[in-house]
Amino acid sequence: MSVLTRSRDLAGAAAAPAGAARRMRWWTPYAFLAPYLLLFVVFMVLPIGFGLYTSLHEWDISLPAKPFVGLANYAELFDPASVDGSRFWTAMRATGVFTLFSVPLLILLPLFAALLMNGRFRGRNLYRAVYFAPYVLGVAVVGFVWRYLLDGNIGLINHYLGLDVQWTTDVPPAWIALVGVTVWWTLGLNAVIFLAGLQDIPRELYEAAMVDGAGPAARFRSVTLPGLRPVMVFVVNATILASANMFGQSYLITAGAPADQTKTAIYLIAETGLRRFDMGSASAMSFILAGFLMCASALVFGAFRDRRTS
Amino acid sequence: MTAPAPRRVRRALLHLVLAVVAALYISPLVYMVLTSFKTRGAAGSTEPQWIPSPATLDAYREILNSPDSPILTWFANSLIAAVGHAALVLLTATPAAYALARLRFRGRSTIFAVIVATLFVPPVVLLIPNFLIVNELSWVDSLPAVIVPAAAGGFGVFFLRQFFITLPAELEEAAELDGADRWRIFTSIALPLAKPALVTLFLLSFLTNWNDFLWPIYVLLSPDSLTLPAGLGNFQSANTIRYDLLMAGAVIASLPVILLYLVAQRWVIEGISRSGLKG
Repeated sequence: MSVLTRSRDLAGAAAAPAGAARRMRWWTPYAFLAPYLLLFVVFMVLPIGFGLYTSLHEWDISLPAKPFVGLANYAELFDPASVDGSRFWTAMRATGVFTLFSVPLLILLPLFAALLMNGRFRGRNLYRAVYFAPYVLGVAVVGFVWRYLLDGNIGLINHYLGLDVQWTTDVPPAWIALVGVTVWWTLGLNAVIFLAGLQDIPRELYEAAMVDGAGPAARFRSVTLPGLRPVMVFVVNATILASANMFGQSYLITAGAPADQTKTAIYLIAETGLRRFDMGSASAMSFILAGFLMCASALVFGAFRDRRTS
Repeated sequence: MTAPAPRRVRRALLHLVLAVVAALYISPLVYMVLTSFKTRGAAGSTEPQWIPSPATLDAYREILNSPDSPILTWFANSLIAAVGHAALVLLTATPAAYALARLRFRGRSTIFAVIVATLFVPPVVLLIPNFLIVNELSWVDSLPAVIVPAAAGGFGVFFLRQFFITLPAELEEAAELDGADRWRIFTSIALPLAKPALVTLFLLSFLTNWNDFLWPIYVLLSPDSLTLPAGLGNFQSANTIRYDLLMAGAVIASLPVILLYLVAQRWVIEGISRSGLKG
């Protein structure tokens, strides 16, 4: 039966291109692609090149002269004694601190939540919907609500914990606040992705492991974790990128306070390029940040490489 | 008969944990809604109260009538931007994804590889140059700036291509034998079958655009052209913090997405949880 269907699929796959080739004019596929490719070229391909070009110039949108300066923008950023350089590395440090503390929590807690919800029981979809709900709200709403709850004088958090902590203007409390809010906001996103991954693991693997006498811990190690590997690579990577792009929480809750210590790199890039219009320096910053992010992605892919095939 | 007892206890414990955490989880949003009905004094009191007494619509009245916060204009702008963006994504990504999935032509694998590669480009490198390009197009401070550039992202094409690839070839072949051209096959066979994927992509694009924050606060400038998140963000930094007004604004900004979520929760969650996994 399965052999039969497979051979029919093969025949279908072979016949389709021949039939398509007969009827299709050569330009038809390009006509299908053209509207998207126009957007893609103008707002995706062109900007990458244009950004590099900008980073090699002294570029102020309001000045007619945009002199070529070579790598001077980069050199200034790599000089920690310069004003721009010290600002930039303070911001890179903020991005690094936030990413370092938020990513492990945003992997472990959602994985735990997904394991709890992985099973058929009444109300499962309701729990899933509740945990996911904050994520649909967007950072502006989340920022306002938590700015209120974390208010040092009238906030519920200090009130219920009996504390007198300035969550929005002191470090390290500000870091705890920013990481905590982000975990609350996006936990559900990673949890539903893990949950979908868990449900794709074939039941037979668990049954086989049980026949072999594997307990729950052994089944988790030998079936669940390997089965989640592709999902894990995706989630870790996407979470690192999202954390390293953290902007709204810092903008709305701490406004970078105290003394720009919670001002993240992307926040500084936006302020430098789009408020002070020093676009050459801001572009250079964005390429340095992107370099770090691509290294992080490469490390993640390396760490989760399938050891059986390599 | 002995086995079910511990299992029932375990199950009850699981429910208890999930329910308590769920209640805590949703409480900030409940507090937001309740606070929007408080008086200015009650919202700023050091003795927090949950139930507003007296309950009032003052905050809504004030934020709706204040000249500093043309919130209905922001709401309309957000709606136009989110619908326009989602429609643009569907109009451009759908035929492109169909071609990449179902048609054979020179350059297909290269084009697809380049689109997928840009999914790995950190979006921060696009921020400054896209502002310059939008400025060249004279779109700064107008809605096309928040509608168009983000539609260049490869996600929609990638997402729909995964769907079109799974369509059985037999349906298209039958139509071809009947003499239908490619465009007809696309519109009359592939599109109807793709409806669930198209609805999901529309919802995800709408949500992303409605909630977008960084780009609109820098590319929209005058009060009348802002979207809701951008307007409320400026409103917060411009005023001594009035939490009653902010919570009323936050409720107004959340209403459409909460309604959408209540109606289409399954689609949103399934769409998001499956979107990154295949491929």
